[in-house]
Amino acid sequence: MANYSFRMYVAGHTRRSQAAEENLRALCDFYLPGCHEIEVVDATEQPDLAEEERVLATPIVIRTSPLPGYRVIGDLSDRAKAAFLLGIPEVDGPAPEGQTL
Amino acid sequence: MTRGAGVERTATGISGFDDIAIGGLPTGRPTLVAGTTGSGKTLFSMEFLARGITGFGDPGVYVTFDETPDALRRNAHSLGFDMETWEADGTWMFVDASLEAGEQTPTVGTYDLGALMARIEHAVRRIGARRVSLDSLGSVFTRFADQDLVRRELYRLARLLDSLGVTSVLTTERDADYNGVTRQGVEEFVFDNVVILRSVMRDERRHRTIEIVKFRGTTHRTGEWLFTIDPEDGLVIIPVAFLAPRDRASRERVSTGNAELDAMVGGGVFRDAVVLLIGSYGGGKTLTALQFADAAYRAGERCLFHAFDVTRGQLGRDAAGWDLDLDVMEASGLLRVTATYPEVASVEDHFLRIRRDIAEFAPARLVIDGLSALERRATPRTLLDIVVALGGVVRQREITTLFTSAPTSGSTTPIMETASIADVTLVLRDVEGPGEVRRAIAVLQTRGSAHDHAIREVTIDGDGMHIGDPFPEILHLLPDTPVLPRDPED
Repeated sequence: MANYSFRMYVAGHTRRSQAAEENLRALCDFYLPGCHEIEVVDATEQPDLAEEERVLATPIVIRTSPLPGYRVIGDLSDRAKAAFLLGIPEVDGPAPEGQTL
Repeated sequence: MTRGAGVERTATGISGFDDIAIGGLPTGRPTLVAGTTGSGKTLFSMEFLARGITGFGDPGVYVTFDETPDALRRNAHSLGFDMETWEADGTWMFVDASLEAGEQTPTVGTYDLGALMARIEHAVRRIGARRVSLDSLGSVFTRFADQDLVRRELYRLARLLDSLGVTSVLTTERDADYNGVTRQGVEEFVFDNVVILRSVMRDERRHRTIEIVKFRGTTHRTGEWLFTIDPEDGLVIIPVAFLAPRDRASRERVSTGNAELDAMVGGGVFRDAVVLLIGSYGGGKTLTALQFADAAYRAGERCLFHAFDVTRGQLGRDAAGWDLDLDVMEASGLLRVTATYPEVASVEDHFLRIRRDIAEFAPARLVIDGLSALERRATPRTLLDIVVALGGVVRQREITTLFTSAPTSGSTTPIMETASIADVTLVLRDVEGPGEVRRAIAVLQTRGSAHDHAIREVTIDGDGMHIGDPFPEILHLLPDTPVLPRDPED
């Protein structure tokens, strides 16, 4: 399976930022075990990076590879939907714990 | 920055705006600038920053949602603003929030505009911005599905701008020029300072106005002010832009070009006078105007001559009939003639052209022959504003000015109102005598000097215009003026 890279932008150490990061890690562990990288950027600490990607809303996750660079805004509380919108292939078996499609 | 009524002001540098705003926008506060599509919002937000840099050395951050920075850089070039240089200097910085075509980011769960605020705050701190413009709030609403969230975030944004201490302009869309304030109907409650730009079609003419709806805790001028968008000067608010106070009044008298007329107005007109000549068609208006221009030529002074409703060729032929050679006068560099029809441009644009010609040619005299022709192109209110503005321009420069106009019906038309800003008002018209049509002239008013009160006969021949004896008969020369019964002893 190809290696997937994601960059997540958050704004400050808020509960929403934490939830978004947890959800992203959980869905990657489920759908892409062992073949993903996640980078988390705090826009309040690195506004230049946010400027480069023209990020307005946070949290936001951008699939940096493989292309195309799908983007999803929000805390990704619906992990299955988030995975679908990020173009991650479905896997057989039960959906991640506590999540529905 | 100036102090006024307790609230510090930041001058925008936009022509005329700081006069109606009594100094400028409230310093350190956000101001909402609302308007329909094409009303000039983006230009206002851009000029606020650009003129802040050129006029006051204030660095500025421009947050763009609607247009790309590249499109804005191109537009700015035509106004003489070099954003690339300012960006390199660190006096101008874009926060690019423009949307790429077809770009729509899906959402899962809750979010906020934290990154946008972080970017704005970063940009402001980085260049030490004193001004921020954001164009436009309406676009933020269309970008995200959750309208309540956007509203909440915009409150936060307004508070952030407050806390950064920058003076800011935030634009927003309106659906109609005279209905409510903003599309979402909420922003006006969030902002203490609201300006509305309008662009309406009235009598088939585009009519642009600007109104300050509120400046919390401080004063401003009320009502709608006419403005235009000049390709070089940007927003120009008329007539306030040109109503600088006149410090002194000239005591020097100059000739009208007709010795008899000079005698009627008390020995020529003052050098800074605005003369209004109301006359019927073929009544000698253009002749008077040409003689007025000739007086400048003879004195070795420059004269700018704007004629409406006549071609340069016709004007030259008329002049030749009275032994005046316009070609020779123009070749000397002392006369500049522009003959045009009102229909070729809006009245505002005619005004801007005349203003530009005045600045460039620096005439001692100005003639506008056929002011009334402009009535076809403007609402009465617009025309009056233009005439008042033009009066401001010529007075400031002590340009002896002659407006000629056809008589208009009623005393409340703009032409008659123009008389209130004129220093000398002359009426020249045909009168029916027994079995013949004759011409008569009268001086209605001269400011600051005595004048002849007689209604005198005028004759025109190959040598020009001659003013003769008072008409013995009672004539009804002045519009809407009661006629005295004839004295039986007379």
